[in-house]
Amino acid sequence: MTMKRALMAGLSAAGLILAGGLAFAAGQYGPGASDTEIKIGNTMPYSGPASSYGVVGKSEAAYFAMINDKGGINGRKIKFISRDDSYSPPKTVEAVRKLVEEDQVLLLFSTLGTPPNTAIWNYLNDNKVPQLFVASGADKWNDPKHHPWTMGWLPTYQTEGRIYGRYILKNLPNAKIAVLYQNDDFGKDYLIGLRDGLGDDKAGKMIVATQTYETTDPTVDSQIVALQASGADVLMTVAIPKFAAQAIRKVYDIGWKPTHFLCSVSNSVGATLRPAGLEKSVGIISAAYEKDPTDPQWQDTPEYKNWLAWMKTYNTAGNVADGLTVSAYSFAQTMVAVLKASGDNLTRENVMRQAASMHDLKLPMLLPGITLSTSANDFAPIKQMQLEKFDGATWKLFGAVISGR
Amino acid sequence: MHELLQQIFSGLVAGAVYASLALALVMIYRATDLVNFAQGEMAMFSTYIAWTLVNAGLPFWGAFIITLLVSFLGGMAIERVVIRPIENAPVLAAVVVTIGLLLIFNSLAGWIYTYTVKDFPSPFPDRPLFGALTTTRDLGVIGVTLVMLALLFAFFRFTKTGLAMRAAAQNPDSARLCGIRVKRLLAIGWGLAAAIGAIAGILVAPILFLDPNMMSGVLVYAFAGALLGGIASPLGAVVGGLIVGVTENLVGTYLIASQLKLTVAFALIILVLVLRPNGLFGTAIVRRV
Repeated sequence: MTMKRALMAGLSAAGLILAGGLAFAAGQYGPGASDTEIKIGNTMPYSGPASSYGVVGKSEAAYFAMINDKGGINGRKIKFISRDDSYSPPKTVEAVRKLVEEDQVLLLFSTLGTPPNTAIWNYLNDNKVPQLFVASGADKWNDPKHHPWTMGWLPTYQTEGRIYGRYILKNLPNAKIAVLYQNDDFGKDYLIGLRDGLGDDKAGKMIVATQTYETTDPTVDSQIVALQASGADVLMTVAIPKFAAQAIRKVYDIGWKPTHFLCSVSNSVGATLRPAGLEKSVGIISAAYEKDPTDPQWQDTPEYKNWLAWMKTYNTAGNVADGLTVSAYSFAQTMVAVLKASGDNLTRENVMRQAASMHDLKLPMLLPGITLSTSANDFAPIKQMQLEKFDGATWKLFGAVISGR
Repeated sequence: MHELLQQIFSGLVAGAVYASLALALVMIYRATDLVNFAQGEMAMFSTYIAWTLVNAGLPFWGAFIITLLVSFLGGMAIERVVIRPIENAPVLAAVVVTIGLLLIFNSLAGWIYTYTVKDFPSPFPDRPLFGALTTTRDLGVIGVTLVMLALLFAFFRFTKTGLAMRAAAQNPDSARLCGIRVKRLLAIGWGLAAAIGAIAGILVAPILFLDPNMMSGVLVYAFAGALLGGIASPLGAVVGGLIVGVTENLVGTYLIASQLKLTVAFALIILVLVLRPNGLFGTAIVRRV
C-alpha cells in the first residue's frame, strides 16, 4: 500500500513537471481562469438578519475593482461574482452550486458565516473547489486532513480564548474566573480555548463558575448574579452584542468589579459599549488583530492613508469608522497575494498549494507584528492578537502581541 | 442570602417585563376571544416608533403619548384590514393570520431599522438601591406594570365600554341583541391591546435593549405567565408573570442548569393546561345556550 502510494505520488510529480513545462507556453488553467480573467465566487448576507455584514462583500468588490484598474494580477482581471444568501444555509448551497457549475468559478472566497459555510463545506471538498479564507471564526475550518480544500482566515474563537488564558496565567495567576457564554459552538469554542490557555490542571482550579444563555433568553441578569456569587474576580463574557451589553450593565449595577474580558465578536463601541453605557465599560479588556480606523495613532501612517484613499475612491458607500471595511480590505489583499504567487499556474490545486504556503505575510492594516502563516497541516492563517483596554472613549492597545497557537 | 435576594429581585423585574406583555395578551383575549401571537412584535414595532420620535428630538413623554395614539390607531387598522375579513372563519385562520403578522412586523423592523442593537432611554433615573439589590429603573418597571394592571382591572370592572367589551367577546350575538356595537368594540379592543403593548415595549426596551427580536423571547414567557394566572384575568397575568420570572431564576440557578430556563417556562405552560386549564385566577366561562 505504502509502495503504491509512493509510486503514485512519484507519477503525479512527473506529471506536474511535464505540465509545468507546458505552462511556459500558455499558462495552465483550471475552471474560471484564462489569459485574461480569473473568476472568483462569493456568498454574502446582503439581506436578512445578518445583512450588516454585507459591507464585507461590497468592500471586497471595491478592492478588486482597484486591482483591475491597476492592471489586474499578472495581467489578468478579477471577475468577482458575489451572491446574496441571506445568511440562510439552503440559499448558500443553491448560490454556491450555481457559482461552481454555471459560472465555473476558480474558487470560493470569503464566504460569510459559520452556518452558511458549514452547508457548503462538504460539497466544495468533494468537488475539489477551494473554499478560501472563510469569513467565520469557528475552529473547524482548520482541518487540512479531512477538508484539504477549506481554509479559514480570522483568528479563531479558540485562538482568542487561548490568548486570554495565557494572559491571565501570566498576569493574574491567582484569578478566580467566571465565564458567561452563549450555549452553542461559538461560546463553547472560546471556553475550550480559555481552558487550553490556562492548562488543564490550572483551568480546573481557576475557573470557578460558568453560566450559559440561549439567544432566546430575554436577559442574562440572573446568570450575572450567579457568577458574582461564585466569588470570582475575573469575568469572561462570550456573548453577541445585545447580551454583552446587558452583562456589562448588570455587572456595574450590582456593584461587581471583576477584571472583565470581552470577546472580540462584541467589542464594537457602537454596537455594544455605547448601548451598555460608556462609563460602565471602562477597564474592559478585549483583543484585536487589525488596526482600528478610528484610532488616531494610525492616522498619520502611509498604510492608513492608502486605505483611506481606497475608501474615498473605490469604497465610497462604506463608512470609514466601520472596522468591517478594514477586514474586507485585508481579506482581499490575502486573496490577491495568493493569486500573484500562483503565477501562470492557475489550477485549483496550485492555488490551494500557494494558500497553504504563506510565510509571515504582512498586510498593511493588520497590527504591527501580526502576520499570516500557513503550511500543509496548518490552515489557520492568523494566530496572534494583541490585548486592548477600554478607557471610556476608545480601545487602547497594551502589552505585546500574544500567540494563540 | 444576598445572592438569593438578588435572584428574587432580578426575577421580579423580569417577571414585570413578562407581565406587561401578558396584560396586552389578556386585553386582546378579553376583547376578541383570540390569542394574538403578533402582540410581542407589534409592541416591538411601537417601541421603534417611540425611538424614532425621541431621536428626532421630542421629549420622552411627548414621544410616549404620540406612540400610544399611533399604536391605538394602528391596532384598530390591523383589526379592520386583516382580522375582520376572517371574523367567521375557524379559530385556526386567526392563529395563522397573527403568526403572519408576527413575521411581517419582525422583518419590517429589521428592514427599516436594521438589526443593530439600539439604546433606549429610560424615563426613570438609574441609581442602585438597597445595597445594589436593584435599581430605581427596575423598580419603575414594576411600578408601571402595577399601574397598568389597576387601570385595566378598573376598565373591565367599572366602565361601560369594558363591560360591553367582555359581553361582545364572549357572546357576540346576544351582545348585539342588547344594542352593543360589537364590531366597533372589537376594533377598540385591538387598539387598546396595541397601546398596552406599546407601553410594555417602551418599558422593557431600556432593560433588554431595542432590536427586532427584542420581544420574541419575552412572548413565550408572557404566554406562560398569562396562562398560569388565567388568560382572562389581568391580575392573574401579572401574578403569573411575576411567578414565572422568579421561578425561572431560582430553578435555573439552584436546581438545574441555566440552559434549561426556557424549558421551565414551557413546562409551566403544559402543567397549567393539564391541571388547571383556566389558570390560578381564571374562572371557567359558562355560556348559556
